Amino acid sequence: MRTKGIRTAVTLAAASSLLALTACTTDPSVTEDTGTASEGASPGATEQTEWFDQALYDEQNEQRTATFEGSPDEPWLQYIAGDMTDTSKFASEGGHKVCFANASISNPWRQTGWITMNEQLKVLQDEGVVSEMETRDAKDNDNTQIADIDYFINEGNCDAFIISPNSTAALTPAVERACETGKPVVVFDRGVETDCATTFIHPIGGFAWGIDSANFLTERLQEGDKVVALRILPGVDVLEQRWAAAEKIFAEKGIEATDYFTNADPTEIKKIISDELATGDVQGVWMDAGDGAVAAIEAFEDAGKDLPVMTGEDELSFLRKWKETGIDALAPVYSNFQWRTPLLAVQKIFAGEEVPAEWVLPQQPIPAEELDDWLERNDGMPDGHYAKFGGEDLPGYPDVWQQRQMP
Amino acid sequence: MSRTMPPAGAAVLEQNRAGAGERFLRGLATPGGAVFLLLVALLAAIIVANPSFGEPESLIRFIGRTAPIAIAAIGQYFVIVAGEFDLSMGSVVTMQVIVAGNLIGDDDAKVLPVLLLMLVLGALIGLINGLVTTLLKVPSFIVTLGMMLALFGLVMFWTGGAAQGNPADSFRQIGRGGIQDVPVFGVIPYPVIILAVAAALGFWLMRRPYGRTLIAAGDNSAAAALTGARVWWVRTRAFMLSSLAATVSGILLVGYAGVHPSVGRGYEFTAITAVVLGGVVLGGGRGWLLSAAAGAFALESLFTLLNFLGVESTWRDTVQGVIIIVAVAAAARSWQRRRRGSALPARAEQHRITATSAKPAEGTEQGGNGY
Repeated sequence: MRTKGIRTAVTLAAASSLLALTACTTDPSVTEDTGTASEGASPGATEQTEWFDQALYDEQNEQRTATFEGSPDEPWLQYIAGDMTDTSKFASEGGHKVCFANASISNPWRQTGWITMNEQLKVLQDEGVVSEMETRDAKDNDNTQIADIDYFINEGNCDAFIISPNSTAALTPAVERACETGKPVVVFDRGVETDCATTFIHPIGGFAWGIDSANFLTERLQEGDKVVALRILPGVDVLEQRWAAAEKIFAEKGIEATDYFTNADPTEIKKIISDELATGDVQGVWMDAGDGAVAAIEAFEDAGKDLPVMTGEDELSFLRKWKETGIDALAPVYSNFQWRTPLLAVQKIFAGEEVPAEWVLPQQPIPAEELDDWLERNDGMPDGHYAKFGGEDLPGYPDVWQQRQMP
Repeated sequence: MSRTMPPAGAAVLEQNRAGAGERFLRGLATPGGAVFLLLVALLAAIIVANPSFGEPESLIRFIGRTAPIAIAAIGQYFVIVAGEFDLSMGSVVTMQVIVAGNLIGDDDAKVLPVLLLMLVLGALIGLINGLVTTLLKVPSFIVTLGMMLALFGLVMFWTGGAAQGNPADSFRQIGRGGIQDVPVFGVIPYPVIILAVAAALGFWLMRRPYGRTLIAAGDNSAAAALTGARVWWVRTRAFMLSSLAATVSGILLVGYAGVHPSVGRGYEFTAITAVVLGGVVLGGGRGWLLSAAAGAFALESLFTLLNFLGVESTWRDTVQGVIIIVAVAAAARSWQRRRRGSALPARAEQHRITATSAKPAEGTEQGGNGY
């Protein structure tokens, strides 16, 4: 009986170690197949990933320093000169019903934008441009959003569509169906694989984010230094492009970068950093979104290690921790004020004014020199708020954002 | 009680009459004991892969950060050994984390009242889970699955899926701080102390009449009911212990990690995996509490080892899935063998127990004074 029990124990242990082994040996093939896996301890071995697009990379690299049309005081109306869509056929008086198919409000960035959008809506309703906005929240689900859009097309009685797609490929046919109604279609944030929309609104993009953040880190680090890259989740174009650009730059500069998916779970982030710190020193932390940045810094504090050079996001929790600890950091920005633009675009469209076919909004990171300014401007806002939300001139400011009042 | 050996007590004790060394070896040969061997092997492997992990300071921090999941596993143990499941655990953790974040805010004065509220909420959720399972006879799998979804939906409704910021630092100290300037270890994190207390309390409870009845109820609830035990109340209390353990985990996680709706996600399955890895039999009636906690450590060690070896963290779920299957298979085989293999003593045992249970007064006495 005893020997049998021991045998069981041995089997168990063997099974686990076998598991570890199989996991090990299959790892490289995973890296090749998906191209999203980490480089581990082999810097410079970067194979070009499926998300990397040299043409788009170069384009966004240039756009970082491009001149924007319009007033810098209203960045949400600025755009890079290019093809314009003629909207004279849509010109009409009176209030119009807008239908908004939203991917989700499941992260603080989307929540902040959603609040801003609703305040902008109130202004346009007072002006009589928009009679009402019917919103459907797809809760991060492609199928739900496709159904939402079809509902709007068939039964929504909509005068215009605003769509914030949940994912790129899956939503393309639904957006095309909306275009076929002949009514104006405004797409913003994540893109779709069709240019049928009246206008596609987005900040410069993920590659620009990756270039800004990775350049910042590589300027401050030596060849051979270690960077831990904390990524929210795989498969979303705006996030994948951030990492694709950063990964390329790290590899070129000989920075050893290891990436992890965290789901923005602070427990995971802390574990990852603790384990990395137990293995060796970490000089830099790169994030594809600021959610969870505080946990990353705390992991260094708890381990009693030197704080890293770091890039986060313009989320206030990170900006405040940055100020408090005095780390060397940069806050890349995925301009949250873009949530105002779709409704303003609808206003222009019904006024018959032309709008950019691809409406590229400015996307300026927050450097150390501007940190105090942005903190002061957002004094009293909760930690999950985004500094560049762009709603200071809207009627509900600041209470609505402070109270996180979401319709 | 009928006795063949001089001291009073149940016949089961005969096993324990052997020498300490033999008893120890015998213990290790059960699934509940093997997990300790596994844990030692995994820790040794980690230290080989990364020697700095073996420093006392690193080890104590590792224990500290594993404490929340170990406490959750201890809570889950009570439910599983009673023959039930608690799938609501992860959602309870998430809910408590959000409650702490939203209600305490920056106000130090609210720390204690909110802490009490959280414990009451935890007990209440366990009570509902338990009563619906035992009195309404809804399978616990369904009850706690429903509770998991209901609580998760509530959290999503409340927060919209995003964090509103961390509570006051004094509250977070429970999970983040520790006793400073301790020789050898440098610092002893509070979670380590809380885990030690939880484990000691749990260990003590399982030696009390309550623990004995709980195991009896898990093994054969009809028989346990015939001995006069109020099985429904025994089980309900197990659910309450589980939810309270989840609450304590939540409190520690707020400190360790911070407030985020993703904290606690998947905790129920990690806890169940840990318990199963600890050799506790799904379906109830067999298994040791401390083995469940050791299972949590073994699981986390395995993940850490995979991490140090450079294995993708996306493999984790696969590893966890395979472990559940392998561990349940191994434990089931091993317990079966025990029953068949050790024919004589076991039979003798059973005969005596049947004999004693004929006298109703001793049914309760056996658990209380037997050990």
